[in-house]
Amino acid sequence: MTTDDEPELVHEAAELVRPYVITNGRDLVDDSAFSLLTLVTVAQDPPRTKPLDPEKLRLLELCAGGFLSIAEIAGHAGLPVGVVKILVFDLTEEGHLYVRAPIPSAQLVDRQILEEVLNGLQARFG
Amino acid sequence: MGSRLALDDGVYLRNSVQTAAKILIVGHFAVGKTTFIGTMSEIPPLRTEEVMTQASAGIDDLRAVPGKTTTTVAMDFGRLTLSERLVLYLFGTPGQQRFVQVWEDMTRGALGALILVDPQRLEESFPVMDLVEHYGIPYAIAVNRFDGTPEHSLDEIREALDLLPETPVVHCDARDQKSSADSLITLVRYLQSRLN
Repeated sequence: MTTDDEPELVHEAAELVRPYVITNGRDLVDDSAFSLLTLVTVAQDPPRTKPLDPEKLRLLELCAGGFLSIAEIAGHAGLPVGVVKILVFDLTEEGHLYVRAPIPSAQLVDRQILEEVLNGLQARFG
Repeated sequence: MGSRLALDDGVYLRNSVQTAAKILIVGHFAVGKTTFIGTMSEIPPLRTEEVMTQASAGIDDLRAVPGKTTTTVAMDFGRLTLSERLVLYLFGTPGQQRFVQVWEDMTRGALGALILVDPQRLEESFPVMDLVEHYGIPYAIAVNRFDGTPEHSLDEIREALDLLPETPVVHCDARDQKSSADSLITLVRYLQSRLN
């Protein structure tokens, strides 16, 4: 019972093909402005025309209910994080999605965040 | 099964949330990371995958080498809304050295790491601790209690793991919410103390 379903199973994969097709052959490498924690939702005033790409439509549908992090979008959509970053980037450029930029992690900010994390944990579980 | 992705309201963040913070839950295989995250998360834990080249040296252009093997690394994570404006994500991070790309992505912006250890298999935690230290992530040790294992004193464990005197070591039952929350609180207090 000690072996919970640890996730780090490694598949040798030809799976790369699929994400790669989804991003139209774009690089999967992540050096974009998006992190796992970038918060995303649909734009208030999106363009009339929906994207043609079915994967993009899925993401729009997923984001329609409110804010989710990039990591959560990937988890719900069953897509690799790198692919989601690229799709979200495109959808943001096209005006369909709105991204709430993460606060830069300066030390001063960290201090404040730690305080809030501690207070939150104690309020909830203390 | 339908392909509709519209989700329950509870899945989404409150609109007021402005800041997302991240704490890593790390440890060797089957040490209880997924259990811990499941215990603490307000949403059913999610899994993400990262695709990378097998030889994790640097970042290769995969197109250039069509036959190159790729590897998928899966990570479980959960979420805790801690105030109107702050949400905390807990990411379970695999401890294998070869997943360097994942580590770079995971550690960026992480407040700190909770390293889960199994008192029966302490030596398996060394590679994980090396990785956490390599990335300069401050950490606390949570000794996950398994059924039927004798309780080791925290001092014995501290000595066996060769920890710095200031590194916190706590007992933790990853199945228990209060116990798991306490170990996170210990970590956060330690992180605060390092800023002073």
